Amino acid sequence: MAADPILALNNVTKRFGGLTVSDQVSFTVPRGARMALIGPNGAGKTTLFNLMSGVYPLDGGEIVLDGQRIDTVPSRRRIAMGLSRSFQNIRLMPHLSVIENVMLGQHAQASGISDLLTPISWMRGGVWRRLAMERLEAAGISVHPDADVASLPYGVRKKIEVVRALMSKPRLLMLDEPAAGLNPHETAELSAFLKAVAATGVTLLVVEHDMSFVHDLCEHTVVLNFGKLIYEGPTRAVQDDEAVREAYLGSRRVETAGGSHAA
Amino acid sequence: MSGYATGIIAILCINLIFAYAIFVTAAAGQLNLGGAGFQAIGAYTAAWLSSNAGQPVIVTIPLAMVTTALIGFLISFPVLRTRGVYMVLATFAFGQFVSGFLLRSPTFGGAIGMVVSDYVGVGLLVAAAIITTGLVFFLMASRLGLAIRSIHDDEPVSTIMGVNVRAVQVTTFTIGGALAGLSGALYAHHFSFVEAQYFNSLLSIYVLLFVLIGGTQTAWGPLVGSLFFTLLPEVLRVGGSWRYVVFGVAIVAMMVLRPQGIVTRELVSRLSPRNWFGSRPAPAARLADGG
Repeated sequence: MAADPILALNNVTKRFGGLTVSDQVSFTVPRGARMALIGPNGAGKTTLFNLMSGVYPLDGGEIVLDGQRIDTVPSRRRIAMGLSRSFQNIRLMPHLSVIENVMLGQHAQASGISDLLTPISWMRGGVWRRLAMERLEAAGISVHPDADVASLPYGVRKKIEVVRALMSKPRLLMLDEPAAGLNPHETAELSAFLKAVAATGVTLLVVEHDMSFVHDLCEHTVVLNFGKLIYEGPTRAVQDDEAVREAYLGSRRVETAGGSHAA
Repeated sequence: MSGYATGIIAILCINLIFAYAIFVTAAAGQLNLGGAGFQAIGAYTAAWLSSNAGQPVIVTIPLAMVTTALIGFLISFPVLRTRGVYMVLATFAFGQFVSGFLLRSPTFGGAIGMVVSDYVGVGLLVAAAIITTGLVFFLMASRLGLAIRSIHDDEPVSTIMGVNVRAVQVTTFTIGGALAGLSGALYAHHFSFVEAQYFNSLLSIYVLLFVLIGGTQTAWGPLVGSLFFTLLPEVLRVGGSWRYVVFGVAIVAMMVLRPQGIVTRELVSRLSPRNWFGSRPAPAARLADGG
């Protein structure tokens, strides 16, 4: 697609027992793009995210981030290489405050023993905390920084997770259903915020079911179905694609596959 | 000060350092039920160096700490292969092994125990307890402390955030080992006598209770837990044997009413002078807009 992709997946394959959840998936994400990864439930979208962030190893193929192969790199090192993500079900640390959760996102930026032993919770005006506060404010999150995350509304927690993912200064930000559970107002706000993030040079790869959000945010789309890539191209043409329509609306072919494939 | 009061303060200081030893690993989500084993190694190392090798306190206490830190480091590798209740059992087995070994070993006096030649007064115990408390508060306020608490909450996400989970866990076992060794060495030098029977499984259970009932979310937890568990039995002394019943009921009541421990992060934040004026965390959170 692009001469200089930030991310390239080459024949990425993953099997869980007899089930191939990612079947030789290949696509590239152009640098600076806002790309959507869509597909029916169980298509393998989150699995692909988990393979990219190293939750489990590949059974075949390779993942290349900015010219460097990352699928052989330990999961914890990938964030420092520029890959950051959020989670489908909010995975904030329940016993950390709002600001502490955001500061955790800076962990990959901290280098060496002196950074590890900097008392970030005591230094109110410290650089780490100030940066985290700035990011929270820029995202329009106006809750008390010491608040319990568990006590916050769903939409706010969802946003905090995006801010946490941004703290590592990623080159590629992967968001797993960021708009799920948000009201239309919040969805529009999120879209505007993510466009502003992308404008700073961050490439976005977004898993999402809300198609109006996808149309608004992403110019490129890839579609997965049963672990296979079935579409790669501009978002505006995705709904006209025969294979995509079959995957979502069903046809004889997909119905038979759906029988053995309760996702 | 009366001998009784001095005795209480001494045991309180030792318990507090011991509680912080267990807390450092518990804050990262690892439960160590072999605390008495680490404390025993610290106590016997100091006792042996003092009585048999004629070393001064300035040598015996640091060497005891180095020994238990090294054992904490080494034991963490097999222990961290286990999870949850199996980790509790593995550390428990370690504690049992140590006290069994000491009881059988003629070098360390067997069941008779060992007399410790050099005496350390309550002043040094208080100083050590204050320094330990300060260091643990510092640790928990640092980025390493944030990583420790993240691992407690969610290991896979901590890893994706760039935390070297295994290295942090090994570090907490090493620091925990050093602190347990310190508490043991101070015990040996203050009471001038060590015996294997003292470092039994009940002691391991008690110190873990100090930490769990005090709370593992902040460094305040072990402080409150140790005070509560050391002073309550003394206060209840007036009730004679009934104190054990009241004590037991108090523990069960705590676990039912406040399973997360007496002190939580949210409580500390609410009581913090920073939040006495202006916006408070809890109401601000409820007023926040959004779904």
